[in-house]
Amino acid sequence: MLRHLLFATFGAGIMYLVTSNISLFDNYQVGQIASFVVVLAGLSLLTGVNGQISLGHGAFMAVGAYTTALLMTHTQWNFILELLSAVGAAGVAGLLIGIPATRLKGPYLAGMTLLFALALPPIADKWPNTFGGDQGLTMTTPNAPGTLSPQEWLAWIQIGGALIVLVLLANLLHSRYGRTLRAVRDDEIAASLAGINVARTKVLAFVISAGCAGLAGAFLGLSTGVVNTGAFPLTLSIQLLAAMVLGGTGSLIGMVWGGILLVYLPQWSTSLSGHFNLGSGVSAYLATIIFGAVLIVAMIAAPNGIQGGLRWAWRRLPGSGSGVGGSGSSAAPGAPTPVLTDE
Amino acid sequence: MLEIKDLSVSYGAVRALRSVSFEAQPGSITAVLGANGAGKTTLLRTISGLVRPRTGSVHFNGEELLGRRVETIARQGVAHVPEGRGIIEELTVEENLRLATLWCLKRRERQTAIEEILELFPRLMGFRHRHASTLSGGERQMLVLGRALISRPRLLLLDEPSLGLAPLVTAQLMGLLRDHATGTDVTVVLVEQNARSALSVSQHAVVLNLGEVVVSSSAAEVAADEGLRHHYLGF
Repeated sequence: MLRHLLFATFGAGIMYLVTSNISLFDNYQVGQIASFVVVLAGLSLLTGVNGQISLGHGAFMAVGAYTTALLMTHTQWNFILELLSAVGAAGVAGLLIGIPATRLKGPYLAGMTLLFALALPPIADKWPNTFGGDQGLTMTTPNAPGTLSPQEWLAWIQIGGALIVLVLLANLLHSRYGRTLRAVRDDEIAASLAGINVARTKVLAFVISAGCAGLAGAFLGLSTGVVNTGAFPLTLSIQLLAAMVLGGTGSLIGMVWGGILLVYLPQWSTSLSGHFNLGSGVSAYLATIIFGAVLIVAMIAAPNGIQGGLRWAWRRLPGSGSGVGGSGSSAAPGAPTPVLTDE
Repeated sequence: MLEIKDLSVSYGAVRALRSVSFEAQPGSITAVLGANGAGKTTLLRTISGLVRPRTGSVHFNGEELLGRRVETIARQGVAHVPEGRGIIEELTVEENLRLATLWCLKRRERQTAIEEILELFPRLMGFRHRHASTLSGGERQMLVLGRALISRPRLLLLDEPSLGLAPLVTAQLMGLLRDHATGTDVTVVLVEQNARSALSVSQHAVVLNLGEVVVSSSAAEVAADEGLRHHYLGF
């Protein structure tokens, strides 16, 4: 839709100004945020819009990263094709997980995806000659055009990818497919009585979401230049879920907040542990502890996440056209998120 | 025409339907009546594919419905309005209606069909962009009925459409049903606790008791049988 394209163009303009005026390290971090936005957007579609939980998105990221790295190592494919292959391979993994997932719900589905996240690293470790073992596989970004620095160029690849994914998903959510996704989440029986193939809808959601995770995995691999199983631990999958909830489940824009938290919270926790001279045992888990604490506070203060809280506050601003008492807009911060995409 | 033969359904050891057989004609309303636990809801859920029967057959216009997926049956023109309404609360009124048009109407026909339904239920017109979760019970009933009608069903299964509605709204709803069924080829199966109201708009009536058909006759005959009314219908 035109609105989404305009929004993405505006976002690209802002990001151009930002990346042109920040350090190379900041460019690296902005690129990482963009990568996390891609996986979180897919996770938001799966969990927030379609109602399926996944604790295995770190593993889907690993599938995408390894696919790209293997293609870079063994072929001379076009860079775009390599990235698309990451999407495809992770999508196939999503299909394999998504089919049995149609029969599972809630904690059972979480358990199955968790098993996937646990089972994948040993598979990579089993064939070190293929997957590089502990050392992993190297990944290289294509040469930057003109005088652009490699970090800035990579950040632009990642930002561009994130914007494309956001536009595609926003269009998808506003299409008839978006309505079927939400209908299935709300009431599977009512959806099937309306003629929706519930199982196919759920599998497709898994495939799309896993594809996004695969692309994000490839992007993160490009950031670090190496892919190994240590880059996609189980805690990553859990942090992704927490970041999605904090950003605002179901909101695509909210996933930008989630991406920022995923990149900066570990950094802030390291600073915090250094400031208070905490031992290495504590500082290693401080980011996860802070994530948990922020999650608890956010769920009390703004159950719809940061984006939901901001939307609620915006509607209460004088002159916003829908202040307190306005029809249909005065819902509390915990009320169901009405529009799931790009307010 | 809907033909149900020897339909038996069990939930574990509990037999919900026992050899139920009856026919429902197109262009008419068939009321399925009975007390709580008689098997009325199970009957509708079996026809629409939500429940698998032990034995029996359900033919609609000569085609066997049993064994098909719920969405396949829905796409064949069977609209089931379940008890408890079954609207998608997170979608707007218009989106709920649009959802039901995806499989049965061409893109250019959809908006016209939505406007027709909103004209049929003027109360929903002002709420078209509001989320279904904000609607009252009566408005939800109108929406779910509108969603069923917009798909232009050939078989309409209604499970307690008057549940929780004010008597005036119930009367309006029944009148609308009668108008919709008369003179068309739509077959309507109406499950109701409010037997008096259901019989007033139906041409045929089936009375169930403990999963068995007690009577399958014209609605006028059932309404005139004082003993039957007293024993099974409570009026």
